[in-house]
Amino acid sequence: MIFWNNRRVRGVLYQIAALGAVALVIGWFVGNTLDNLARAHIATGYGFLSRQSSFAIAEHMIPYSPADTYLHALIVGALNTIKVTVIGIVLATVIGVAIGILRLSANPLLSRLAGVYVEAMRNVPVLLHLFFWYGVVTQTLPAVNAAWEPLPGVFLSNRGIAVPWPGAGVPLLDGFNYQGGAVLSPELSALLIALALYTAAFIAETVRGGILSVPPGQREAARALGLKPFQSMRLVILPQALRAIVPPTTNQYLNLAKNSALAVAIGYPDFVSVANTTLNQTGQAIEGVSLIMAAYLTLSLGISALMNFYNERVALKGERT
Amino acid sequence: MMRAYFGSWGNSLLTLAALALIVLALPPIVGWAVIHAHVAPDPAACRTSFGACWGFIVEKYRLILFGAYPYDEQWRPTAAVLLFLVFGAWRPRILWLWVLAALVIYILMRGGVFALALVETSRWGGLPLTLILSVVGLGLAFPFSVMLALGRRSKLPVLRALSTLFIEVVRGVPLISVLFMASVMFPLFLPEGVSPDKLARAIVGIALFAAAYMAESIRGGLQSVPAGQEEAADALGLSYSAKMRRIVLPQALRIAVPSLTNNVISTFKDTSLVVIIGLFDLVGAVKAGLNDAPWRPYYIEGYLFVAAIYFAFNIWISRASRKLERRQTF
Repeated sequence: MIFWNNRRVRGVLYQIAALGAVALVIGWFVGNTLDNLARAHIATGYGFLSRQSSFAIAEHMIPYSPADTYLHALIVGALNTIKVTVIGIVLATVIGVAIGILRLSANPLLSRLAGVYVEAMRNVPVLLHLFFWYGVVTQTLPAVNAAWEPLPGVFLSNRGIAVPWPGAGVPLLDGFNYQGGAVLSPELSALLIALALYTAAFIAETVRGGILSVPPGQREAARALGLKPFQSMRLVILPQALRAIVPPTTNQYLNLAKNSALAVAIGYPDFVSVANTTLNQTGQAIEGVSLIMAAYLTLSLGISALMNFYNERVALKGERT
Repeated sequence: MMRAYFGSWGNSLLTLAALALIVLALPPIVGWAVIHAHVAPDPAACRTSFGACWGFIVEKYRLILFGAYPYDEQWRPTAAVLLFLVFGAWRPRILWLWVLAALVIYILMRGGVFALALVETSRWGGLPLTLILSVVGLGLAFPFSVMLALGRRSKLPVLRALSTLFIEVVRGVPLISVLFMASVMFPLFLPEGVSPDKLARAIVGIALFAAAYMAESIRGGLQSVPAGQEEAADALGLSYSAKMRRIVLPQALRIAVPSLTNNVISTFKDTSLVVIIGLFDLVGAVKAGLNDAPWRPYYIEGYLFVAAIYFAFNIWISRASRKLERRQTF
């Protein structure tokens, strides 16, 4: 029993036991899975990716038809996910920074309004936001021939949102379709509005926290130098606040990317939606779910890497984080 | 006082813009929600005015609150929710009382004993389902997350690697993929004939997902406990488990309360995703109500009602956690 009293030996034994337990559970799962698959006559492996998908995808950024392969369909879905994530992040950042700054305004009216916005957004599930905006776009906005034009060249209708786009010109209504401009489908519009407004509330809080973390002496010094409030915010406060803002905002970007998977609930063909259709058609549950997880892990790591690169630029030089 | 609103040109403009927003938006909102609203459950009357149709809520509130639970038995989920609210307000610090309450709620909901008719879990829905998913999911996630957090801080490399791998993989993927995994892969993992029902699978999925996030909150707490505390415990000759249970965790968990509260609120909101795998929680139930053709246009009323329920619970959770933070001991 002497070896049992040695802390190092005990550590090794614990680890062997933990590994053994995990291996046993996984082994049992794999064994059961192989039995179940054999019984259901489902072949394992990713061979199905080169088979013909036979389902249509409403929105595709690259040419796609049901005669293409599952792999091709999944790439279309992945591109749609990236599109939502990128546009969503840009919109959420703009709205979030504005709300965060308003929330700190010395004007009680503005800070109250911003506070109400943040609380109302954060305490309601994002899926409910999504269903709400999908309802607004598809049921409450006017028909396409009576589209609402809040700004010149921007059309809102139950067929989605049409905006001017560099290279594509200004949208023009031609019968029941738009000519030129960029047209966002109802699903994409609802998804973008819901994700942007929801995530903006969280970004506003990180912006507020970051600005509050700058010592008040900095603002006073900027005023003493004669800088206007807007100048002192832009030149003195924000550059320092960014150091505290960037890391938690990265988390919010990651959340937005992951929440974009809710697209499946309103039928926008993002990666999860396409993978789910694939999974249902082929019965390849394990492969389908593993593809979803691998895709999002890659996306998350990509966003983290970009944001870390940016963070190094805003961090104090010579500072170790 | 005037300076705060009209201190400078820019500020005055913003004040006026905000006032304009309020003045322009408030009358239509009040007109819609109150003055022109219809409370009678009659979709034909609603169609004639532009006001809100609260009649939808009056007509469907039992469907929204209880989903497909048999109509004549709905006193049972009502009692279950009340019992839950009493426990939530009273918060007894005795574990077996909570276990007993959970058992009573389970018996009330499922029945099959004491002359209560059997109600399969597939018919559970609405608010009780949302609460069960959240509370049971979080209850299972908490001990697991403590283990993960301790594992990630362990000096043993294998334990550290296993915990880190689990936490990072789960945090890197959307909840919906974990729920898909729970709904389509779990049945494959288990021997033939053993197939846990959909609710149990969803709870396991939610618990695994929440555990990864809570583990990170607890790890933050563990890292803020001064190293001297652990060294003092070592010097006293305490074993690892005594050191953690008596010295480190009580301090770490107290520091972690605010971020654990965020995890609780996120999980509570995220349970709504079970709609996508075909369970009828609050969000699923209101959508089911809106599928009734005459009521389809009144989605704003329905979603506002459900949003108000989530809002109320979340505010309640934040209040309770602030109280907990102020208290010095648990």
